[in-house]
Amino acid sequence: MFDLRKSLATVVAAASVAGMFGAAPASAQTLTVVMHSDLKILDPIWTTAYIVRNHGYLVWDTLFSMDDKLEVKPQMVEKYDVSADKLTYTFTLRDGLEWHDGKPVTAADCIASIKRWGAKDSMGQSLMARVQDMKAVNDKTFTLVLKEPYGLVLQSLGKPSSNVPFIMPERVAATDPNTQIKAEDVIGSGPFIFKRDEWKPGEKTVYIKNPKYKPRAEPVSGMAGGKAVKLDRVEWRVLGDHQTAVNALLNGEVDMIESPPHDLLPVLAKDRNVKLISANPLGNQYTFRFNVLNKPFDNPKVRQAVLHAFNQKDFLDAVIGDPKWYKECKAMFVCGTPLETFKGWEDKLGSNFEKSKALLKEAGYDGTPVVLMQSTDLAVLTNLAPVAKNLMEKGGFKVDMQSMDWQTLVSRRTKKDPNDKGGWNAFLTSWVAADILNPVMAGFFNAGCDRAMFGWPCDEQIQKLRDDYARETDPAKQKAIAEAVQVRVTEYPTHIHLGQWYSPFAVRSSVDGVVQAPVTVFWNVSKK
Amino acid sequence: MLDFIARRLVAIIPVLTVVAVFVFLMLRLTPGDPAAVIAGDNATSDQIADIREKLGLNEPIWTQFAIWIGNVLQGNFGESFFFKKTVAELIAQRVEPTLALATCTLLFAVSVSVPIGVLAAYRQGSLFDRLVMAFAVMGFSVPGFVIGYCLIYIFAIELGWLPVQGYTRIGVNFGAFLERMVLPSLTLSVGFIALISRITRASVLEVLNEDYIRTARAKGLSNRVVLMRHALRNAAVPILTVIGLGIAILIGGAVVTESVFGLPGLGRLTVEAVLSRDFPTIQTVILMFSVVYVVINLLIDISYTIFDPRIRY
Repeated sequence: MFDLRKSLATVVAAASVAGMFGAAPASAQTLTVVMHSDLKILDPIWTTAYIVRNHGYLVWDTLFSMDDKLEVKPQMVEKYDVSADKLTYTFTLRDGLEWHDGKPVTAADCIASIKRWGAKDSMGQSLMARVQDMKAVNDKTFTLVLKEPYGLVLQSLGKPSSNVPFIMPERVAATDPNTQIKAEDVIGSGPFIFKRDEWKPGEKTVYIKNPKYKPRAEPVSGMAGGKAVKLDRVEWRVLGDHQTAVNALLNGEVDMIESPPHDLLPVLAKDRNVKLISANPLGNQYTFRFNVLNKPFDNPKVRQAVLHAFNQKDFLDAVIGDPKWYKECKAMFVCGTPLETFKGWEDKLGSNFEKSKALLKEAGYDGTPVVLMQSTDLAVLTNLAPVAKNLMEKGGFKVDMQSMDWQTLVSRRTKKDPNDKGGWNAFLTSWVAADILNPVMAGFFNAGCDRAMFGWPCDEQIQKLRDDYARETDPAKQKAIAEAVQVRVTEYPTHIHLGQWYSPFAVRSSVDGVVQAPVTVFWNVSKK
Repeated sequence: MLDFIARRLVAIIPVLTVVAVFVFLMLRLTPGDPAAVIAGDNATSDQIADIREKLGLNEPIWTQFAIWIGNVLQGNFGESFFFKKTVAELIAQRVEPTLALATCTLLFAVSVSVPIGVLAAYRQGSLFDRLVMAFAVMGFSVPGFVIGYCLIYIFAIELGWLPVQGYTRIGVNFGAFLERMVLPSLTLSVGFIALISRITRASVLEVLNEDYIRTARAKGLSNRVVLMRHALRNAAVPILTVIGLGIAILIGGAVVTESVFGLPGLGRLTVEAVLSRDFPTIQTVILMFSVVYVVINLLIDISYTIFDPRIRY
């Protein structure tokens, strides 16, 4: 006879016996992390994907880094000089910098790396357009000579987010910028070494401590300071399902989740073995992007109406929910940064529907529906579009919200076609605040028509102000220009910022030393 | 028999041709640009255009198809857009977890469902029969991921007996392998057990009313012998058919189960490839699933001859 109880007992017993043969627990200094995505591409210059940027910070180092006050500090550089005419920068590398294969880091490596990065990154392109020459003075020193003074040399070389100017060996940096570097070329001088033989896309990525890494003497501060390596091994595990990742953390199978979904934070907060750490003080910013090519948003006045119809709280409540993890902020260059300013936006983002309707009337809005693309598969974005639709309808718009997965949206947003041929008017996304700290860095301010990012705003004033900002070397004057950009965007809207939000790390209580920085990094982190 | 097998193997060719054309066209006609996905969120239009050019996505669709099918015929399944590895390498890396999951599930499901189906038929109308039928309805109705989460909650979170997720290769640590296979296999088995037990019950019930069963009982044979030697063997053909059809359910279920339990198998690879529009990977995996499905059903057809001597090819 079949005995259910006996069979269940057998299964459980078998499982328990199997447990006895189970893998030994990971070493105390192995940190197992569920990152926000799987690492499929290894070249942080070739793609802007954040997971590849984070991988880059483990393997490679940078000449400069941004500290927690958003000031640029030397990292690989020991000292630098700027000539009186502000045209020549001389950089000298620290002693003892070595690649993972034991060869010394040289000035030639730095020059080749800057050139490759400068061919891909928008700030890099802007810098390289003004560079007359780069020359190695000796193995440790090189010069960068400008055609004209440029205020963003150090900010460009110390930019914290994609694409980061990582320094690679000269032979690797010689790779065509539009071709990915090979897995065997993932050799850096950074705090961790990439374990190529253990890289299994879809399963795990492994890094081990670089025993030869010499951190700076200064204490860690943001992305700058001493990168003290306290872990022997970092393992990125791929768990596509959020609930599974949370269960694994609760069960002690992983040590950290980089971006747990907000709806599961209460579950994690209840567990005494887990702590939630808001490590990115700047957070992220929600953004509504206009496509200025298609009706009705080809008319700036119609776009201005949206500025009055929206309010940030409704968006943040709908997605993040708990005010602990969001902040209403009318500063386009992020609250808590040197360029924080509310100028031009004091009377906007207040859901003044009457004002919105009045502007539409003034603009002669004929009821053309706004094609609003909604991403449905990313929890941090899904609820944004319905809120936008609701507020715009209250403000007098007709809205045609079209739902699709994020990858479809990413593909469709590159189309310049009219709406009836697969085009679009608007979509919502989120920026890592570290990517939008000034009008040159923040891609959505580029109003260079065909050369601008999708949405293709076209405004000479904004472009001139961005250019002025790049040339200016006085921080006070730079701030005044940034304010002018922000005001101009209220007249010629390129996008709307919809508030800041924060995604805490969920870590086991045994993990210490998580660095407060705009990018997830693993130096200074230890495990009890 | 050999003639039959040869004919069936030849019949795979048109099936695969249709699958290849269908999958290729579906992928090209649905929205989504792998170049935009690869380039990342902050990429400019120029960067995306460069990548599209490099991937050959600017070629006319039929040129792309001709290149792909030509390579496939030479045994070259191409390179993944994302992983910068050949698709064959990727599949080889991911096949073990899926094969292990499918094998454990199949073994567990068949060893549970056939006996309970036979017993339910033998004790038709009893409490046990009703429980089996109720379980079958539940097994069909409750989605696999719900069962998976429930099992994780009970056995991993509350009792702490088994891990939540992960996979250990069989050659690395057999104990850990078993430990990590229990919950996924149980999860995937539930629907399969429901299907097979129900069909087994129905088939055995039909056979139990046959004259030869009455004769066997009249000869004084024990219930066990009557059930196992006479009833089950004669009821085997429809059961085998359902097991064959169930392989499709298994493949579909593996996609969900591998996601819930973090198994790095072909199911997850398929999902990742679809989400990132990794055309070469999707095309090859679907082609491979088609071959597996056809071959397994061929094996099932051949096995009919073992259980029913009247069947000859």
